Amino acid sequence: MSVDVLNPEITGRLLPRANPLSKLFAAVVISVVVMLSVDWVSAGVVLGGELLLLPLLGISIRRLFLRAWPFVVAALIAAYGTALLAEKTGRVLFEWGPLLFTEGSVGAGLAIGLRGLAIALPGLFLLSSTDPTDLADALAQRLKMPHRFVLGALAGMRLVGLLLDEWRTLGLARHARGVGHEGNPAARFGNFLGQAFGLMVQAIRRATRLAVAMEARGFGAGPRTWARASTFSGVDVVVALAGVLIAALAVTAAVLTGTWNFILT
Amino acid sequence: MASPNPVSVTARGWGWRHPGRSRWAVRDLDLIVEAGERVLLLGASGAGKSTLLHGLAGVLGGHDEGEQAGELIVDGVSPAAARGRSGLVLQDPDTQLVLARVGDEVAFGAENLAVPRMDIWPRVQQALDGVGLDVPLSHPTTALSGGQKQRLALAAVLAMQPGLLLLDEPTANLDPDGVVEVRDAVVRVLDQTSATLVVVEHRVDVWADVVDRVVVLDPDGGILADGDPAAVLRSGATRARLIEEGVWVPGHRPETRAVSTSSGTDLLRASNLAVARIKRGPAVLDGVDLTLRGGEAVSVLGPNGAGKSTLALTLAGLLRPRSGSLDALEPLARGAGAKPFGWKSAQLVSRIGTVFQEPEHQFLTNTVLEELEFGPRRVARHSEEEIRRRIDPIAERLRLTGLLKANPFTLSGGEKRRLSVATMLATNPDILILDEPTFGQDANTWAELVTLLADLINGGACVVSVTHDREYTSALGSRVVAVDGASASVEAVA
Repeated sequence: MSVDVLNPEITGRLLPRANPLSKLFAAVVISVVVMLSVDWVSAGVVLGGELLLLPLLGISIRRLFLRAWPFVVAALIAAYGTALLAEKTGRVLFEWGPLLFTEGSVGAGLAIGLRGLAIALPGLFLLSSTDPTDLADALAQRLKMPHRFVLGALAGMRLVGLLLDEWRTLGLARHARGVGHEGNPAARFGNFLGQAFGLMVQAIRRATRLAVAMEARGFGAGPRTWARASTFSGVDVVVALAGVLIAALAVTAAVLTGTWNFILT
Repeated sequence: MASPNPVSVTARGWGWRHPGRSRWAVRDLDLIVEAGERVLLLGASGAGKSTLLHGLAGVLGGHDEGEQAGELIVDGVSPAAARGRSGLVLQDPDTQLVLARVGDEVAFGAENLAVPRMDIWPRVQQALDGVGLDVPLSHPTTALSGGQKQRLALAAVLAMQPGLLLLDEPTANLDPDGVVEVRDAVVRVLDQTSATLVVVEHRVDVWADVVDRVVVLDPDGGILADGDPAAVLRSGATRARLIEEGVWVPGHRPETRAVSTSSGTDLLRASNLAVARIKRGPAVLDGVDLTLRGGEAVSVLGPNGAGKSTLALTLAGLLRPRSGSLDALEPLARGAGAKPFGWKSAQLVSRIGTVFQEPEHQFLTNTVLEELEFGPRRVARHSEEEIRRRIDPIAERLRLTGLLKANPFTLSGGEKRRLSVATMLATNPDILILDEPTFGQDANTWAELVTLLADLINGGACVVSVTHDREYTSALGSRVVAVDGASASVEAVA
């Protein structure tokens, strides 16, 4: 069964109608603001805003968790580590042997955890609501990125799905030759390297063939036209404004509560 | 459909040598193809058919990617300058599709030729209608069957409105229905556009009635035969020469060794077996009851995507049965346990050998000799003499003796296939399983393979093949397992 990288499941109604660039813009604005300050207010406001907009994605909490759980785990670990190691200021909340948590350190941990999630979620919004082909169209037509590069990358992504199949087949083919996933760790690692080399050979062959097929269809010969117009509409204004609004609210709230903590100071 | 001007082709003393090769892939070629002609290009493996086709498509590259002699002219100019006037369809459906959706895929070529947007979508619809592909424009390209993918590739080329269609074994990887589907689409398109056609195909009978000229390339350079199909394919001397070169000529089946019918012992038994490609994935095939015996051939037949390969890989002990049972009986198990999936790799290779469709997937070492020695060394600690005693006859038999020092990846297609079979024979398995062993093979390699397998069967081994090839199936006197949709039925001997 092939993993179809270029036909991801697109969810929601409003966001898929927006141009990928407006979504990219909103995501970048929000992420940059969250990155600029380490404090739990700005990160909390952004995260709250993102959670309020979640219904736009049209996926259930369960499916959302299935996609986002690595970020949640990472955020929890980062928060715990920070709370454990950050400067111990304020009242002592918990002490047991070498473990010491204070108000100050727990606050720092909370900020780091929320910040991580707040930065990760815009990317999830973008990926869940954007068709890669539309993104490529927008990058090449609107941002005027070189079309050879953009379309080459798009075609290459399709090969990634095929290579996952290829990896599985290679594993079976090698097992049939007498090289299995057995033996000591060194033997297993050697086998892994061999299989990875085999995959590389096949990847190069496929890429070469694909390049020939693209060239035969006039790719890269000169100026080209685009069958699909990458357009902007009212939705894009809404998406871009929503991004700016969330970012502005976060900064304002943090400054007003006195928690704004610019990373470069 | 808009009718572009058909394109003519001229080769004058043309030749091409790939970088790092001493031998010319094509040389001394003088050929004129008039506009609108339909040409079937034949020749032995390695005669340079694909090279010529790539040359005509203008994708062989510049001087740093090979050496050219003479000249090749397409539509009055060099092929690279005429790109867009010709359209090339390749053999493998998976590596020539570029985009994710059917409509975008067809539009791609027209975009590259800078066709205005308002003209592109009518062209896309026309091209899809032309090849009879009736799916929505937003349909994912990966969800198509092999035959549909090749018709899509054809439509993608048609949207460029080429005056010259170049088809490089477009049906070699398809099941019989897919072959007819693609062939008929090409004929319909040619009738509408009057474009020139040059098609390369091993299986001559598919195209013999469609083309009006057959050109046979001589592996030593130049042209071996040229004329109308009846004259070239039926006249005594040329026909004999074609058969000698391994070209599939209609009405001729290469001679192979007969299989004696003697039933051996039961080796492997499947009861109510369901198979799945990935662990806990959906069962692609269910309720298979089958017993494999020594000294017999079994062919698994059925359309592309029906689960034939998955069944074969499960029988081979490589995939875990989804449900039901697959039991190795004692003559096969010999103490390794009743479940082939649980065997260690070293136990597997001396019991069941599997030849994958793509030989390169199974190459592990840097020389042909090491490939052959690999299996026996895995099974047990043999002395050097013992190993040579095992593999020398196999190398000799499969004509690999002169190639022992060569790198497996540099072999020709036929040689790679022979090596992949030889590596499996080196450990002397009781059951040999082959996935599409005759895809794209010329008649000589085909006959060699069938004879070799017949000897194995006569020697008591069981040979299981996943195949579309009815002639192969009958040449081995195979029992047929017909796979269709979700079920499998065992038929009598073909």
